[in-house]
Amino acid sequence: MATLTLRNIKKSFGATAVLHGVDLDVADGEMIVIVGASGCGKSTLLRIVAGLETASSGEVIIAGQNVTPLEPADRDVAMVFQNYALYPHMSVFQNMAYGLKIRRLPADEIRRRVDEAAKLLGIGALLERKPRQLSGGQRQRVAMGRAIVREPKLFLFDEPLSNLDAKLRVQMRAEIRQLQKRLGVTSLFVTHDQVEAMTLGDRLVVMHAGHAAQIASPMEIWEKPADTYVAGFIGSPSMNFLPATLLEGGGAVRLDTNGLILPLLDGPRAGQAGRKLTIGIRPEHLQIGHGGLDMLVDLVEPLGGESVLHGKLPDGTPITARLQGAHYVDGMMGVILPLESLHVFDAETGHRLEAGA
Amino acid sequence: MSIALSVDELASRSRRRQRREAFVTHLCLVLGVLIFAFPIYLTIIGSTHDVNTIGRGDVPLLPGAEAVANYSQAWGVGGGRFMGVPAGMMLMNSIIMALCVAVGKIAISLTSAYAVVFFRFPFRMLAFWLIFITLMLPVEVRIIPTIQVMVDLNLTNTYQGLIIPLVASATATLLFRQFFLTIPDEYVEAAKIDGAGPLRFFIDVIIPLSRTNVAALFVILFIYGWNQYLWPLLIVNDRSLETIVVGLTKMIGTGDAQNEWNVIMATAVLALLPPVAVVVLMQRWFVKGLTETEK
Repeated sequence: MATLTLRNIKKSFGATAVLHGVDLDVADGEMIVIVGASGCGKSTLLRIVAGLETASSGEVIIAGQNVTPLEPADRDVAMVFQNYALYPHMSVFQNMAYGLKIRRLPADEIRRRVDEAAKLLGIGALLERKPRQLSGGQRQRVAMGRAIVREPKLFLFDEPLSNLDAKLRVQMRAEIRQLQKRLGVTSLFVTHDQVEAMTLGDRLVVMHAGHAAQIASPMEIWEKPADTYVAGFIGSPSMNFLPATLLEGGGAVRLDTNGLILPLLDGPRAGQAGRKLTIGIRPEHLQIGHGGLDMLVDLVEPLGGESVLHGKLPDGTPITARLQGAHYVDGMMGVILPLESLHVFDAETGHRLEAGA
Repeated sequence: MSIALSVDELASRSRRRQRREAFVTHLCLVLGVLIFAFPIYLTIIGSTHDVNTIGRGDVPLLPGAEAVANYSQAWGVGGGRFMGVPAGMMLMNSIIMALCVAVGKIAISLTSAYAVVFFRFPFRMLAFWLIFITLMLPVEVRIIPTIQVMVDLNLTNTYQGLIIPLVASATATLLFRQFFLTIPDEYVEAAKIDGAGPLRFFIDVIIPLSRTNVAALFVILFIYGWNQYLWPLLIVNDRSLETIVVGLTKMIGTGDAQNEWNVIMATAVLALLPPVAVVVLMQRWFVKGLTETEK
């Protein structure tokens, strides 16, 4: 149980820079999810915190102590690996006890801690089994148990759910979250799955090309994505982006696709008339109606209570809508863009433009 | 009706075909076993007759009555043109040599493969390639310089001289390296986070994971050590250090005297037993290891 601070973490492998300076402050007991597409540097960041990788520059501070020069074992962190990394020749008990044995804890203390963790995870009956005799979910629990018995300052999760089937993943996701809240251990969780990220994290770090594109609570990220990358990455299906031009006074934009003029309800944006913008709108915010955009639907995915419609605008811009009901067919339909749901981004940099900024 | 009949017909045809195939397979197997087993059978039979039976040129197919006498002579006294060396002593020499060679080779190659795979140090790949290159030099090629070294070290006519030059093993190192490369990095990382040092990791994780490989290699290397001929022949003159493979060939004369074939065959049978025992015992180990494959 501790705070974690990352200061300007940079990492290059040879000439390839993977992390370009990441700063992060994690409060005691907080669950931070690092999310991003593969190759964005999220695993590298986690491994730098664990001490498995050395940062090219920057500092890792755990509980106020600078641990940058320390070995992984001396940082008092525990890690859950994607493939669980359970030693195949050791029983579940031995696997969970191994870290404690090396730290020379007395045998009865080891027994007590392992039993306690096993009870917490519901794997008490499996302690004498070998990992190969366990199902994926059980292995996952053992890997968690191995981290819990250490009573570390920090939990590190490296995509621990990606080897599970979809149903189990949802279940384990909830369990991990409950457990983390109950134990109150500061945690870092790496995933590429945005749903996992949204549901698990107190705050998310959205990584993009070695930068932390945005660090904020899940809802904040969903409501006010910092740039077009974050906006497109978080939310399913992805946000629609439409090129647009700022009008005189900054209080409205004109969509390039059909000249539709959209007033900006929350206030004018800075910049000269003609400034190139990107207007973002989430598929679930589009509504059926006339006077907006004409969408040529070419694929309908019914999901039961709602449907996802994929299509194109007349000029070829792809557009996706998520609408209630399941009664849609291919063909032309009109959608309108509710003005309160618009996101405004700079077309060049992709950064979010707030009113007055 | 007609369809039901044809189904029955087809079923019985396929039963007949399966029986025929089973018969052919077994016939091949039995023939193979006979071809392999017959010379050994002849040896065992030969070791139960008196010296003159084989000396006359007969090849008996049924056991004789001299088994006890032949084996006790082979075990305790030995035979041959010169003063014989008792098979018991030669067996002990061979067992010591083969055991030390097998254990030594496994120990050295486990540790060197561990170093090459899990550590980053300068000239790591160079070290690996140097080991690898020695694969291409058979023992016979470097036998003269090796003998010179042993002579300089005063190790002729000693167990050390017999064993040490055979201990280095590029093949086993290569095998262990390939196996270690399949061990997931996460094990190493988990051990690092758990606080296990390199030696702990080696003993607690690497060796237990390698035990199937070790068992298989032990069998192969024990037999390799057992069958060594040229090196023991050259490095040892002291007959009390003679290994059974060398001793066996020395028992066979060049023609001026009658060979004691009965004793030679008894010794040959005795020479067979330790490798067979190793194969039989270790087979249970590595079959167990194979059926319990991890992951």
